[in-house]
Amino acid sequence: MQFLFSTAITVASGRARAWIRKLQVQARRPWDFLFRGLTYLLVLVVLCTVVGIAWVMLSNSLPTIQTFGWSFLTNEAFDPVHNTFGVRPALFGTLETALFALIVALPLGVGTAIFLVDFCPRALRAPLGFIVDLLAAIPSIVLGLWGAVVMVPWLQNTGQPWLQKYLGFLPFFQGEIHGYSILAGGLLLIVMILPILTAISREVMLVVPKAQREGLLALGATRWEVIRYAVLPFARAGIAGGAILALGRALGETIAVTLVIGNQAASPSLHLFDTGYTLSSVIANQFGEATPGLFQSAVLEAGLILLIITLIVNIFARLLISRLGRERVGGLVV
Amino acid sequence: MKTAAHLFQPDRGALHLRRQIANYLAVGLTTLFAGAAIFFLGYLIVYVARLGIQYLNIDFFTQPPGAEGEAGGGVLPAIEGSLIIVGLAAAIGVPLGIFTGIYLSEFGRGRIASVVRFLVDILTGIPSIIFGLFAWVLIVVPQHHFSGFAGSVALSIIMIPTVARATEEVLRLVPKEMREGSVALGATESRTILRVVIPAAKSGIITGILLAVARVAGETAPLLMTALGTNFSRISLSRPMDALPLRVFNFTLDPFAADHDKAYAGAFVLMMLVLVTSFAVRWATGGFKQR
Amino acid sequence: MSIIVQNLNAWYGKSQGLYDINLHIQPRSITAMIGPSGCGKSTFVRCLNRMHEEVPGARISGTVEVEGTNIYARSIRPMYVRRHIGMVFQQPNPLPNRSIFENVAIGARFNGLARGKALAELVERSLRQAALWDEVKDRLDASAASLSGGQQQRLCIARTVAVEPKILLMDEPCSALDPQSTLQVEDLISQLKSTYTIVIVTHNMQQAARVADRTAFFLLGRLIEEGETAQIFSHPRQKETEDYITGRFG
Repeated sequence: MQFLFSTAITVASGRARAWIRKLQVQARRPWDFLFRGLTYLLVLVVLCTVVGIAWVMLSNSLPTIQTFGWSFLTNEAFDPVHNTFGVRPALFGTLETALFALIVALPLGVGTAIFLVDFCPRALRAPLGFIVDLLAAIPSIVLGLWGAVVMVPWLQNTGQPWLQKYLGFLPFFQGEIHGYSILAGGLLLIVMILPILTAISREVMLVVPKAQREGLLALGATRWEVIRYAVLPFARAGIAGGAILALGRALGETIAVTLVIGNQAASPSLHLFDTGYTLSSVIANQFGEATPGLFQSAVLEAGLILLIITLIVNIFARLLISRLGRERVGGLVV
Repeated sequence: MKTAAHLFQPDRGALHLRRQIANYLAVGLTTLFAGAAIFFLGYLIVYVARLGIQYLNIDFFTQPPGAEGEAGGGVLPAIEGSLIIVGLAAAIGVPLGIFTGIYLSEFGRGRIASVVRFLVDILTGIPSIIFGLFAWVLIVVPQHHFSGFAGSVALSIIMIPTVARATEEVLRLVPKEMREGSVALGATESRTILRVVIPAAKSGIITGILLAVARVAGETAPLLMTALGTNFSRISLSRPMDALPLRVFNFTLDPFAADHDKAYAGAFVLMMLVLVTSFAVRWATGGFKQR
Repeated sequence: MSIIVQNLNAWYGKSQGLYDINLHIQPRSITAMIGPSGCGKSTFVRCLNRMHEEVPGARISGTVEVEGTNIYARSIRPMYVRRHIGMVFQQPNPLPNRSIFENVAIGARFNGLARGKALAELVERSLRQAALWDEVKDRLDASAASLSGGQQQRLCIARTVAVEPKILLMDEPCSALDPQSTLQVEDLISQLKSTYTIVIVTHNMQQAARVADRTAFFLLGRLIEEGETAQIFSHPRQKETEDYITGRFG
């Protein structure tokens, strides 16, 4: 650790010296020098912040990393009382809710986008598209409020019993009914990521050149055949990128989910009616009690894991999307 | 009208039917999905608005909270807190974002610039609670108390990428001729940027700032771990502070219906803030023109 | 297949693009549409295969009869009209992320014309008809984007003839091509005459003179004159025709 640190400092100071020389050459007037210097300084602050976040997460998780190692990921209990910590249910909850939301929202979103681009009456196109874009910006607390006060009781009294009665043969809909559940979390996430998915899908479909559509129309294709053979293949990469971005968003969502998911671990299973918790809800619920030492470190390690997961997902998504240039989604920079 | 076989008759047999069914199915399903999605999202907004407006009154904005669970009282400290925390966050984050945007557009070349851009992009994908965690570890824990200041720090980081990217994009759009003209007149580089390029890009930069502010004004998770929220009316950046999202969050957790009413009102205010800002930005940047 | 156009008017929303067109196109011939920019020749040709109505707010009045049937009759679906009246566009527009084989086959596929071995034979026949077979026969799986502009245009011709139309409409098929490819495509068009009725829009009068049996001159949405190509170019009957041909405008 020490060695790495001193090497880093040597390299950094060498670089800094080279930079200052470069500055002096590039900016001949004193104001320019100052301006450039200020700009570089502030950018450096931003860079340090980004790196600092990762660094802080990592270094503050070391106690639990050293104590539990990989078993942190597999331990079932997040138990401050007995000083054993594990995030297996949280990990499971995070992944289960996000994947559930993505699986349902993807066809909904792409279908909505297809409608908006191809089948929607011209006059409605702009206003409806606008509404969808706006909805991407709704604060999650608003959704959380509605979810906790309206959706959860409804699920408990109407929705879940109905599901259990008619579709109870599926493992998803078995188990005790509380209202607060992984299902509730997943449903809220669907609402959260649907606008992003629709907006991105729409953007990439609009880019398809008219000539492609006309070419197939001239061969006698139906409107659906034009979409299927000319539009969707073009848009595939963009839609995939958008889906993964949406996944990243779903994985990190805290407030809305924590209000409806129950925050009590059941052992991981396919039962969507079980309560559960996610990595982010663990952090939100436990930080207040977290005493320095193993407890705090555990909370931070949960954050570290969440950070790593979302980073991987986001980098992957951006690689996919970057094939089409940077995305500007309906005025709201994504 | 000929009924005898003519050239343009549909294909015989199953193929024609299959193609028609596929087509109608596609139209039908996508319309259904779109209708369901838009209807539901619209319902949500209307629902919150309806319940929120009912409870909104002047008291809501001007009074401190009353007793828990009782009707009456307002969220004045929360609103003040939000204004102060977001204001400070903007004071920190906006300059950082703008100068990063200036760097990426005017000075950045080669690999270092790509790395910077990449790292800034990464920031957008990080869940907001991580920023709260960061500020918590860095500020709250060593100081042994929650503070509005820590909340501002967390929010400021969230603002940086939005402002930076908007600034960069809009600066890039300023035509090269403007810069060259300014230099030809003898202006220094910093003068050119400050007096010519940035003013030309002013509206785009303001747009970016507005969007960033609207976004962080609605964030709850980072504030939960830093400013914590409080019932006291005294406001101090070095102590726990209330903010509107936090207040709504706490109202939601209370079991009392009266508090839920207030939560709707607060949620409505937040929702309107974000929607109005997005609407205004869209309108100002001509996003309503037909493609 | 002959085409008889009677009293055809066409609008884009409120503005009218074609005024009262009457024209008789002979079977197995090449008819060229010439005229300055914006004269309505492209609009006219798009009315012949019901592509015009794909523009929002577009409509027509009048009739277009092909072998006795009005293609705008209520009982007839545009998709079947377009299958029998094919169209090649100004910019070659094959599907870029599909193979050469797939591009030719696609129309035949969803129209259910052939499968398996019969489909492969159809693709070969079509590519031969488009004078492209020899150049691509060893790389049918290559992406269509790997072809040159002239080759892509011939690919588009191949996929159009693959669905076995009776009439070919070509909207300035050579404008985006280099001179050598242009000559190749023009030769191809002359060969296709023996099988199809061809209507070609061109802004290049020499091309019309080279390729077409009959020529029609459009101006400001009206059909000014129509007749045998040789006669139009040597002894035009209308003054506007003469002015255009001698280069006084357009």
